[in-house]
Amino acid sequence: MVPISYYIILSGVLFGLGVIGFVFKRNIITIFMAIELMLNAVNLAFVAFSREFNQLDGLVFVFFVIVVAAAEAAVGLAIVMVIARNRKSLNVEDVNLLKF
Amino acid sequence: MEFVTQHSFLVVSLIKIAIVLFVVMTALAYLTWFERKVVARIQSRWGPYWVGPHGLLQPLADGIKFLFKEDVVPPTADKVAYLLAPFLALALALTTLALIPIGPASIGVLGQQTQLVISHSPVALILLFAISSIGVYGVALAGWSSNSKYPLLGGLRSSAQMISYEVSLTLSVVGVLLLAGSFDFYNIVDHQAGHWYHFFPRWEIIPQFLGFICYLTAAIAETNRVPFDLPEAETELVAGFHTEYSAFKFAMFFMAEYANMITVSCLATLLFLGGWLSFFPSYENPGWRWQLYLPAAGLIIGGIALIIGGLRSVQWNAKAVFPVLGIVCIGVGYLCTLTGPSHPVAEVIQGPFWFIGKVFFLLFFYVWARGTLPRFRYDQLMSFGWKFLLPLSLINLVGTSIFVVFGWHP
Amino acid sequence: MSVAMVVFIVCGALAILGAIGLILAREPVHSALSLVLVMVALAVLYLMLGAAFIAAIQILVYAGAIMVLFVFVIMLLNAGVEVRTNVSRIAFWVGLPLAVLFLAEMVYSLSRHYAASGALASAGAVAGPVPASTEELSMKIFTDFVLPFELTSILILIAILGALVLAKKEAS
Repeated sequence: MVPISYYIILSGVLFGLGVIGFVFKRNIITIFMAIELMLNAVNLAFVAFSREFNQLDGLVFVFFVIVVAAAEAAVGLAIVMVIARNRKSLNVEDVNLLKF
Repeated sequence: MEFVTQHSFLVVSLIKIAIVLFVVMTALAYLTWFERKVVARIQSRWGPYWVGPHGLLQPLADGIKFLFKEDVVPPTADKVAYLLAPFLALALALTTLALIPIGPASIGVLGQQTQLVISHSPVALILLFAISSIGVYGVALAGWSSNSKYPLLGGLRSSAQMISYEVSLTLSVVGVLLLAGSFDFYNIVDHQAGHWYHFFPRWEIIPQFLGFICYLTAAIAETNRVPFDLPEAETELVAGFHTEYSAFKFAMFFMAEYANMITVSCLATLLFLGGWLSFFPSYENPGWRWQLYLPAAGLIIGGIALIIGGLRSVQWNAKAVFPVLGIVCIGVGYLCTLTGPSHPVAEVIQGPFWFIGKVFFLLFFYVWARGTLPRFRYDQLMSFGWKFLLPLSLINLVGTSIFVVFGWHP
Repeated sequence: MSVAMVVFIVCGALAILGAIGLILAREPVHSALSLVLVMVALAVLYLMLGAAFIAAIQILVYAGAIMVLFVFVIMLLNAGVEVRTNVSRIAFWVGLPLAVLFLAEMVYSLSRHYAASGALASAGAVAGPVPASTEELSMKIFTDFVLPFELTSILILIAILGALVLAKKEAS
């Protein structure tokens, strides 16, 4: 049987990789995907903790995270499409009008 | 031997997987033959005729042809995704079959109690939807990775279509789930046992007729079949997402499509048509025992018809082959008459007999629709999915919920 | 080594490989596929943790709907190979050490916590196959969490409207 701590460490590693992807990727869609990766890592931690403490609340939170991720993907991808239409590019560095 | 006794679950599962794979692969091959024959009959043609008697060896010939054709990979294709796509499509289409039970919960075979399903899960239905929802990747990736315009258009169309109709497909099923109160196929089918007025079987198709219509329509769209076959509309997109695929990779897409057809039909049978339940009251009731002999009777009559038809045939190979097949059918039919505690063959095949019969009827319906209906236009398809089918399944869902909340459901 | 451990190691390795693939791939579609791999591996882990319903939802919604939407948009926008630029060096010089530090901190604190309460990790807190039943989960959602649940449905509705308004072509 697998100790819960292994799941938590795996979750941490995945979250860290998500952060790295978020910081280093230049394509706006891939950055978005890195955020999804972080959400997934958090979900894993939720499920593992819910198992450890034998409470279902963690699973409920995973459910909500998935729902919110779906809403976020819908709006986010619409924004990406608008950016792609206006800037003719998906590189985040081209979206710099608000930069001072 | 020790390994076998220790890991009996594993061994039994492997045997089941082997049997299911063999049966499904054969069924896939002969489904193409069946479709061509039926469509030909609808269009007043003969269909495949020359390879074997009545074209019965045509699937085999097609398979060999696919194996030996040149496998062209476009030089501009994205290699990884290009190779992955057909594997993904076929593997996922076949995986879903592991969750589908074809008979009652427990059955004794060679002294072992076993279930007629590879993997029994309490959330089987939603798992099945989950696996089939990843099937979109096969099509989308094939379209994208070919790096060519028609496949890309086909892939785009198909992913849009599959996402859109998946919503209606899932929603149309929720009504059944509300009535049965479980994701488990065994509970869903058990809930449909019994009869109204001792005559009408309590299948969900009667209270959930709207849901059934929605499901059937959405399922045809999900499997990219006529009249929703826009992703591969050959008159406008060459062949859609699999234009650049040749030889066996093309065959894999082809098989995946037919495997999906089988899965969707099995699901419709389980959810709406009472699964493996007999149309009549159970054979354990007095006076209904004769239905144990239905499969045997069908096989024996079919065997006699094969012998007579074969002997009267003009083709020499049909003259030789069909009587032999007929004798085999009669032999199997005789085996199916065995009942009783020591040889419960008739009892065991009762469930699968009804199940396969219903699935076969639905598959025939599919082919029938293909033979009769013209293709939709793309905008018609989208507005039909979102503006008609989705509201219809939502109405069904809300109506069923009201009935369930007030306890009116039968 | 038990079967569960083998499954965990395989799925964990696949998940990490997928996450690394997401970062290293230059084609957005390859990144998306890597992420799907992560999600499927995580779904298997959820199954092992006894959350069958969540595992199914994970594949159905995440891999089957959200990621398909991503792939669809990538195909629609015909997003090409990512351009590697060196414009934001600050990301490299500040981001990487911070990310590594964050990762190390997390692993360190977790491992210390579990080393201290070793009994917890070995005895009670193993992932046995005691499935959290879907009935209990739904009871929880529709009693204790019914207000958040309804709020999420409103959120989804607003998200649909927002996406529609954003993606609509302006009449020019």
